[in-house]
Amino acid sequence: MIQTIAMIAILCISLATLALIYRVIKGPSIPDRVVALDAIGINLVAIVALISIALNTNAFLEVILLLGILAFIGTVAFSKYLEKGVIIEHDRDR
Amino acid sequence: MTEIANVFIIVFILLGAFFILVAAFGVIRLPDVYTRNHAASKSATLGVLCVLLGTLLFFYFKDGYFNSRVVLGIIFIFLTSPIAGHLIGRAAYNSGVKLWDKSIRDDLKNVSKAKDTAGKGQ
Repeated sequence: MIQTIAMIAILCISLATLALIYRVIKGPSIPDRVVALDAIGINLVAIVALISIALNTNAFLEVILLLGILAFIGTVAFSKYLEKGVIIEHDRDR
Repeated sequence: MTEIANVFIIVFILLGAFFILVAAFGVIRLPDVYTRNHAASKSATLGVLCVLLGTLLFFYFKDGYFNSRVVLGIIFIFLTSPIAGHLIGRAAYNSGVKLWDKSIRDDLKNVSKAKDTAGKGQ
């Protein structure tokens, strides 16, 4: 029963990811693409959780936290690059 | 696993999938990058939180396995996804992405102009 519900939810989230991929390809500016890629990373977290329900195993639950951290680091690095032109700045006070 | 736990798990999972789908429709249909950012960083976060809560309840009620990493994932996504949305919105404004044509109010315009003249004065 819950496995069927999990497959239906995976279908919905896959449609949502396709919509976000459309925004990544067409988006008129760079921050549009970064927003869509961040949302794709967040959707992957949900897909991993639902697949571990559908396969009835708890071996994949570490991947959830890992994907959350990686999506956050990628978005922060890219927004800092867009704003300042560099990601890791040199220290000028030394 | 009792029936009422089943009902809670199914409701959480379907609600989360619905929220994620709504967020994707918002990202397609809204007019400029700030409104798209609004849709993506709020709705998708709430949807993923609902799905993860359903997963936690499923593994707890199926075989009594309380996975603390899922709790940490819920807390981490709840803390960091709005921060990522804020950072990318600020980067979009500072790198000069235009607002929508029909938006009538830009509170940051005078602030950035004052900062520009101050920067030229130095």
